[in-house]
Amino acid sequence: MIHITINGKVVECKDGEMLLSVIRRERIDVPTLCHHEAVEPSGACRLCTVEVTKPEWDGWCDYVTSCLYPAKDGLIVNTHAPKVNELRKSILDMYLARHPKSLKIKQLAADYGVLATSLETVVDGNNCILCTICTRICDHMGFSAISTVGRGHGKEVAPPLDMAPADCVGCLACAKNCPTDYIEYETGNGRLKIWNKEFEMVACTVCGKTTVTKEFAEHLSQQRDIPFEYFEKCDECHRKELSATMGKIANWEREVRS
Amino acid sequence: MQIDSPKKLKDIQKSFTEKSSKYPKKILICCGTGCLANGAMKLVDTFRDTIKTKKIKNMSVEMVKETGCHGFCEQGPLVIIEPDGTFYTKVKAKDIDDIIEKSLKKDEIIEKLLFENPVDGNKIEKYKNISFFKHQERIALRNLGKISAYDLDEYISVEGYKALAKVLTKMKPDEVIDEITKSGLRGRGGGGFPAGRKWKSCKAIESDVRYVICNGDEGDPGAFMDRSIMEGDPHAVLEGMMIAAYAVGASQGFIYVREEYPLAVTHLEKAISDCEKVGLLGDKILGTDFSFSVKIARGAGAFVCGESSALMKSVAGEVGEPRAKYVRSVEKGLYDKPTVLNNVETYVNVPVIINKGADWYAKIGTKKSTGTKVFSLVGKVRNTGLIEVPMGITLREIIYDIGGGILDNRPFKAVQTGGPSGGCLPEAMLDLPVDFDSLTEVGSMMGSGGMIVMDDKTCIVDVAKYFLSFLVEESCGKCVPCREGLWQLHKMLEKICAGKGTMEDLDKMEKLSENIIRGSLCGLGTSGPNPLLSTLKYFKDEYIAHIKDKTCPAGVCPELITYEILDNCTGCMACISACSFDAISGKKKEIHTIDQDKCTKCGACVTVCNYDSILVS
Ligand SMILES: Cc1cc2nc3c(=O)[nH]c(=O)nc-3n(C[C@H](O)[C@H](O)[C@H](O)COP(=O)(O)O)c2cc1C
Ligand code: SF4
Ligand code: FES
Repeated sequence: MIHITINGKVVECKDGEMLLSVIRRERIDVPTLCHHEAVEPSGACRLCTVEVTKPEWDGWCDYVTSCLYPAKDGLIVNTHAPKVNELRKSILDMYLARHPKSLKIKQLAADYGVLATSLETVVDGNNCILCTICTRICDHMGFSAISTVGRGHGKEVAPPLDMAPADCVGCLACAKNCPTDYIEYETGNGRLKIWNKEFEMVACTVCGKTTVTKEFAEHLSQQRDIPFEYFEKCDECHRKELSATMGKIANWEREVRS
Repeated sequence: MQIDSPKKLKDIQKSFTEKSSKYPKKILICCGTGCLANGAMKLVDTFRDTIKTKKIKNMSVEMVKETGCHGFCEQGPLVIIEPDGTFYTKVKAKDIDDIIEKSLKKDEIIEKLLFENPVDGNKIEKYKNISFFKHQERIALRNLGKISAYDLDEYISVEGYKALAKVLTKMKPDEVIDEITKSGLRGRGGGGFPAGRKWKSCKAIESDVRYVICNGDEGDPGAFMDRSIMEGDPHAVLEGMMIAAYAVGASQGFIYVREEYPLAVTHLEKAISDCEKVGLLGDKILGTDFSFSVKIARGAGAFVCGESSALMKSVAGEVGEPRAKYVRSVEKGLYDKPTVLNNVETYVNVPVIINKGADWYAKIGTKKSTGTKVFSLVGKVRNTGLIEVPMGITLREIIYDIGGGILDNRPFKAVQTGGPSGGCLPEAMLDLPVDFDSLTEVGSMMGSGGMIVMDDKTCIVDVAKYFLSFLVEESCGKCVPCREGLWQLHKMLEKICAGKGTMEDLDKMEKLSENIIRGSLCGLGTSGPNPLLSTLKYFKDEYIAHIKDKTCPAGVCPELITYEILDNCTGCMACISACSFDAISGKKKEIHTIDQDKCTKCGACVTVCNYDSILVS
């Protein structure tokens, strides 16, 4: 264990642990848009930037993204230095100009006192904030069905060649974790449509409700050794079955004890 | 034959020199990309054919050398006759018989092929007397234009691989690192990081595997220094890498070359395979315990792929996007192993430092920026091309002595150094010594060595806009300040050029720039506002003219200028036919007029008018 100072308070943490996780543990409010616990940090949104000072390097001071900066003993961190606050505001200003319709962005910007953008609004700006949580999660799941394409201002998230992605199994990890709910999908009639690809859903053998896509169920049963039948029951019916079993065990225990 | 000892190198050097000394003259034909495009290969073939078929005495086809680029491409194809050093420019195949008869068989000079000094119109006979070359000091470019670009034996004949033999047999790896550190060699790829210190940090990390990489991405538009070196002296690149590998303990190297450099790839591939054949690459090099091999990795050509972390991802086959470098690549680089990445020019300096010693090298240049630097000098100067000069030389010397001054005797306005994210410096800075720190201090940078000279007809706001648009295109788009911020800066510059800017925009741009610099992930973003900030610093009046007076003093920004025909118009009608928009009307021998509603300010009329009758204001 090492010690670092955050906003004047000495805090214990692991050597090399990312600063953001220490900051969060201390319940200090630092905004983030591209951070997600499940995947590798990326450093795209820059909102988590903090000021760090290294006393042993002659008071060397810099601005670093806390999601990617490993803690070292003696480090001094200021999460709300004036320049940091100014940077965050400026970044939110840029976000607001680019995604004028995003409620998530409007809310976050307002929280930091940016009520309207001072920059040129991208009138047709969509709600994809390019945080790449979706693509990183998709990579992490092992599918890599979607990725960012292009660069600069025209960069976007898309399946390869903009066609229905061959590797997508319809797990919905991207859509469910999108901070701005930008990724659209449709369900109904036992089917799921996402990224222009249609999937057949597995139905619960008890109540008939759909569970996951057939492709995803097959993938999990092959790769993770989960029996395919597991997916032929929905969460609720699994839970019901479980509580019935628990009930039986309780009854049985009572019978045995008495 | 295997070259498995330093002695074998000496043998080759001796036999090559003996063989060459049989012939009194040799013909050097520049076969760099520029001269090839102008038909240099045809010259090579014709020379060789003629020599063979006519059985010319004292001459052999082997003495016709395909050399690397001289850096003077605008005068190409170039042919040099050694040992006299006669310098022929713009040579055509039909000149060859003449050259053979007069300059090869005899010692006559062919006047019409000589270089004409653009400053005074005098013809200059010898290579070394041309001011473009005279003021240069060539270390990195030492062999370019002097030896065949891909002959291993010839490279060995000019002391090639001698430095390698020296380090492998006489120096410990730490001694090599100390020597490089002592020489003061700093990275030539832009950052200017001390090479010796980088090697030392890499070696200090515990690891079973280490890599050395050569950065040959060269993404700056218009730059061709690294390309020329890789094409013209590929063995020097390999030798520098081998010495670095030996010093840090790497056994695998990569050369990252952009897709647009096919000739560089071909020459490097040949050099690698030639070395492999004789054992200069592979196991137990020169009979020592040092083993090393090199692979070429080809880049997709994105500017940002030249950035170290993006480059390493690209070499590993991933998308070339930068990552945060809080853990340095000397610690965790390619495939997460300790990695030394250096630029092409950095590596080719290494063998010379080893051969001539750190002290010799450190005496060249300035105290903190030792040695020389290669620049690509372009724009409105009389002589353009690739030049190598000692650090500390002034901008004035480069532009006026080597470059021959401004074209058409127009006034100098600015010089842009450092590539797309460099800065523009005004006339008052002409006596600034060119070195890493001086350039950075005044708001520009060394970058990889781009140097664009501008005259009074260049609009500085337009220049800033141009570079910003390049950077907006090339930003990888990963992080917000660079992706969105540079885009916003570019929008504001467009507004100003269109006469719609406000004074508040200037403050806004400065504030935004500060946050882009502080907030961006990689060097592209952190240096991206430079073209704006440096022009705003030195040419603020020109911004204000665009904003307040709605004029473009240089007469460039279409929305802010008008074209008018003056009274001295002779009515020649040349402009009428030149205008594609039917904006000019008038009868023969009568003063013409321009319809302002139709005029698109394309400038076609100005180009054809022989009487300076068109006023742009
Ligand atoms: C956007 C960007 C582009 C770069 N492009 C190049 C390049 O084309 N060639 C190069 O050698 N270095 C380039 N660099 C610098 C490299 O990141 C790295 O510092 C260099 O290759 C290290 O070698 P050196 O120390 O010998 O200069 C670039 C840096 C940035 C930020
Ligand atoms: S600064 Fe620009 S080029 Fe560098 S990572 Fe960010 S978006 Fe990409
Ligand atoms: S959380 Fe987005 S950059 Fe750190």
